[in-house]
Amino acid sequence: MSSGAPRHVIEFLIREKDFLSAGESASKTKKALQQLGLKAEVAKNSAIIVYEAAMNVVIHAISGKLRVVIVPEEVSIVAEDVGPGIPDIELAMQEGYSTAPHEVREMGFGAGMGLANIERCSDELNIKSEPGVGTVLEARIHLKQKDDVR
Amino acid sequence: MTLRDIRDILDADVLCGEQSLDKEVTTGFACDLISEMLAFASSGTLLITSLKNPHVIHTAEVMDAVGVVFVGGKKPNLSTMKQVGTSRIPLLATDLLIFKCCGLLFQHGVQGAKRDCLQ
Repeated sequence: MSSGAPRHVIEFLIREKDFLSAGESASKTKKALQQLGLKAEVAKNSAIIVYEAAMNVVIHAISGKLRVVIVPEEVSIVAEDVGPGIPDIELAMQEGYSTAPHEVREMGFGAGMGLANIERCSDELNIKSEPGVGTVLEARIHLKQKDDVR
Repeated sequence: MTLRDIRDILDADVLCGEQSLDKEVTTGFACDLISEMLAFASSGTLLITSLKNPHVIHTAEVMDAVGVVFVGGKKPNLSTMKQVGTSRIPLLATDLLIFKCCGLLFQHGVQGAKRDCLQ
């Protein structure tokens, strides 16, 4: 790709208990990626990653920032939060493992599938977490020629 | 099978999206967990749920659902739903409980959704 290749950035601020903002971020991501001409599957998987990552911030952290960067080679989604961190990432990755409180589950969230869904929808996933400080989650979806940004 | 057929089978009320009832339903998925909806996201899927909050709309949008059926009689608050932009996704509500709703649809040939986020 040339150095003048297109680069698009979408950013969202996510606050504790702001459940609607997570869904809104996901919807907006999907629409933006569709408008950029990305394949439906890529737009959907990116939106799922944003939804789950934002929801983790809403449920567990104090505040967080989500950044979606689209370049011709990939879509990268970085969620960075200030919060309690994840003490055992391997355990948190297991489907069904959840520390979400009851009232969150009543809304349909906190099923313990968030990180597993993110992993399923991404080609690369890195999670760095420091207990008592926060978590940085970075997911990437590689774009093939046919998924290219217009 | 179209959303119009679904409406008739379930004797459902159309809360919004009347103009989109000719949309084709490929599969059905019944669930009250957002993450599970996302894991089974597949375009053309009819989402059947007893959750009545606006998060369902965002989820349906993300998963490319063809429509949402709210079961169990209690209708969701439409003005809350509209805040999150329901214009694209038809919303139906039926008095039937989830088991009967799914049973009837299955009887009429609607198959269950398969997880397709796996690649």
